[in-house]
Amino acid sequence: MTMPVLETRVRQALFASRRWHPAEIVFWCLAFAAFLLFPRNLLLLNEIAILALFALSLDLILGYAGIVSLGHAAFLGMGAYAAGLLAKHVTADPFAGLLAGMGAAGLLGLVTSPLVLRGTDLTRLMITLGVALILYELANSFSTLTGGADGLQGIMMAPVLGLFDFDIFGRTAYLYSLSVLFLLFLIARRVVHSPFGLSLRAIRDNPLRAAASGVPNDRRLAAVYTLAAAYAGAAGALLAQTTQFVSLDVLDFHRSADLMLVLIIGGAGYLYGGLIGAIAFKLLQDLIASFTPQYWMFWIGLFLVLFVLGGREMIHGAVKAAAARFARLGKGAAR
Amino acid sequence: MSAVLQTFDLSKSFGGITATDHVDFTLAKGARHALIGPNGAGKTTFVNQLTGVLRPSSGRIELMGEDITRLPREARVKRGLARTFQINQLFGTMTPLEMIALVTSERLGRGSHPFRALDRDLELVGQTAEILTRFRIDDIMDRRIATLPYGKQRQIEIAAAFAARPSVLLLDEPAAGVPEAERRDLMQTVAALPDDVSVLLIEHDMDLVFRFATRITVLVNGRVLAEGTPEEMAHDPAVRAAYLGEGAHA
Amino acid sequence: MLTILFDGIAYGMVLFVLGCGLSVTMGLMNFVNLAHGAFAMLGGYVAVLAMQRLGLPFLASLPLAFLAAALVGVVLERLIYRPMYTKSHLDQVMFSIGLVFMAVAGTDWLMGSTQQFIRLPDWLQGRFEVAGIGIGRYRLFVIVVCGLLAVSLQWGFTRTRFGSRLRAAVDDARVARGLGIPVNRLFALTFALGSGLAGLGGALGIELMGLDPTFPLKFMIYFLIVVTVGGTSSITGPFFAAMLLGVADVVGKYLVPQVGAFIIYALMVVLLITRPHGLFARARA
Repeated sequence: MTMPVLETRVRQALFASRRWHPAEIVFWCLAFAAFLLFPRNLLLLNEIAILALFALSLDLILGYAGIVSLGHAAFLGMGAYAAGLLAKHVTADPFAGLLAGMGAAGLLGLVTSPLVLRGTDLTRLMITLGVALILYELANSFSTLTGGADGLQGIMMAPVLGLFDFDIFGRTAYLYSLSVLFLLFLIARRVVHSPFGLSLRAIRDNPLRAAASGVPNDRRLAAVYTLAAAYAGAAGALLAQTTQFVSLDVLDFHRSADLMLVLIIGGAGYLYGGLIGAIAFKLLQDLIASFTPQYWMFWIGLFLVLFVLGGREMIHGAVKAAAARFARLGKGAAR
Repeated sequence: MSAVLQTFDLSKSFGGITATDHVDFTLAKGARHALIGPNGAGKTTFVNQLTGVLRPSSGRIELMGEDITRLPREARVKRGLARTFQINQLFGTMTPLEMIALVTSERLGRGSHPFRALDRDLELVGQTAEILTRFRIDDIMDRRIATLPYGKQRQIEIAAAFAARPSVLLLDEPAAGVPEAERRDLMQTVAALPDDVSVLLIEHDMDLVFRFATRITVLVNGRVLAEGTPEEMAHDPAVRAAYLGEGAHA
Repeated sequence: MLTILFDGIAYGMVLFVLGCGLSVTMGLMNFVNLAHGAFAMLGGYVAVLAMQRLGLPFLASLPLAFLAAALVGVVLERLIYRPMYTKSHLDQVMFSIGLVFMAVAGTDWLMGSTQQFIRLPDWLQGRFEVAGIGIGRYRLFVIVVCGLLAVSLQWGFTRTRFGSRLRAAVDDARVARGLGIPVNRLFALTFALGSGLAGLGGALGIELMGLDPTFPLKFMIYFLIVVTVGGTSSITGPFFAAMLLGVADVVGKYLVPQVGAFIIYALMVVLLITRPHGLFARARA
């Protein structure tokens, strides 16, 4: 093979991994079309979009950098309280709140990142869990600021862009959340296909070789941990703004555990896992809530157990088969 | 002849065991130098200190006259010290193309770029393609590394180290575990490394050592037992007694 | 002050009995069982039911709590835990969290979400003073019972054949198998013993820690601290860790109640950072 030919092939191969697949375009069209298709379910759709963003955040560190976490709720809560407090005391502008939430959570991520750089999966799980518990206790203790167990009440939001008021049907809420999700997704997609993203995969695959290839492992992991924290903070901010309320529940352990389940359902390491998982999770929750609202926790526990015991392969097989069929359809349409 | 890599009085002990015992070692520019010694002589411990995996207990390491004793691993790579591993350390889920692109991107200082697209970076594409041809892995560049045969993986191991454009390359038993049929290929690869790269070869296979090296250091019990040309080493009675006698059967 | 210290010791003793089973199973199979607290909760509820429904005396309900938890432990180990041993830590954690959720919701459904109380026999109620230190009778009882347990566990672990085999298996399960030690059966037994002790601890702890369906979640972190700090290769490690934790928690909550459990979590994070090669690195080797 001559050099120019090979160089072209190298470029093509590198391009192939970041090319937009027709199925992706369909996915996002459907997400926006859902606004018109399901006008009665916009509140649920809003919840899905927020959970999807939260799961996208975990996917960035778990799927791409291999950092396990049982305390991702810390960043969700940080973002929610930051956005809520800003709206209550400073400005009611949604974008300011979003940035505040991302900034506060990102800062927390940066500060706590040294804790997750080393150690086994187990140590990381325990440490992230510990950090989230500490935050929960702090939010509970500083009740003058956070409202403690009563929650942060009295958040009033200004219209988005000064035009769209938040309504009780969740119309503005869904479009606002979905737009933020889409924008942050585009950025994440860019990031994972960049040299930086490649170096994260290198660390995930083999930290020893990554360092021997000139990758400063610690700095890269700290960077992605901070980025993911900011993403989770954005999800928290959206939650606070669209529900106009923040409760201690945003920091609760079950949030982190649910999130793991979401990513387990959807699969990690291809960005869409969190989104698909969020849809499945929320629909399931909605379905179960319709006949047995009280014992959701039992069912989620059962799903977790069954998943790990062997259901995962089955579900992922089904998802892959569906995706393959979808891909063939897409190709057919493109031709 | 100037030194590119030197150690001064380098020592490392684990608890009561001294794995590296006051080693003064010099790697000359453009050298084809082999480090040999029986199992447990401390060869890998020595390499791990050179590359920063282990901190020496005492002593100093210099790369091109610069003290690198306390530098982190990746900083040594940036300064031109690359290595291969005795047991393959590859990015299993990546393709050879991606792995070489990663090393190249880090060398070009792109690694912290969060938005740039890899395929738009013509410098990176060109240099990646060059490594792929040089090590004859262009035909398999699209396959997952984990699925490739062992001999090919061994080639990629060397290619990835070389892609960092090192001035000093440490090869830790490159032929270890490679089946006879694929060994020729690998030895050709090692022999074809350009002259301006100084190579330190850590090896068990005497055949490879004597064919490749122009200088040999013998390490026994963490100490330098002898050093010289292959000719001198082959006839040194102390070396024969301590090492070649038993090594000849290996 | 000394009274608080005494309370802290009693609390730590219960934590030890609750957590020591977890540390052994973790060391033996390198398995992370976050659902350990569910066995403790089971023991607690068995004791409550035995006293309220069957009218059994407190002392008789304790062995019952032990047996029930041990029995359930054996059954679950056989049926669902065993395939988990070879899975990744992440899978094990998710799996056992699932079990915790099921236990919490299931208990809520069966028993209601309210806090459970038991009526202690008269001779265990009240407190007396020795040299100015207020000593609760029940706390003294707990310290004596748990102390005896700790001593006999230590004896069993270091002096009996079972103990020496167990230590060998914790050290290196493969080598132990090669030596003909039936590691699987050993583990089943240990799991049962550990679960049983958790059940007993749960029953003893009703008065000190409270009992409601969220028990396994609330105290999960405490067991983990005992294991993390204490290590898995001995009985004494978890024992001292539990003492430290119990005293720190009680004293901390007494002196600075606003900060609450914050101290404990911070303590764990700091210990994990400063001792990253404590339990977990070793267990993996």
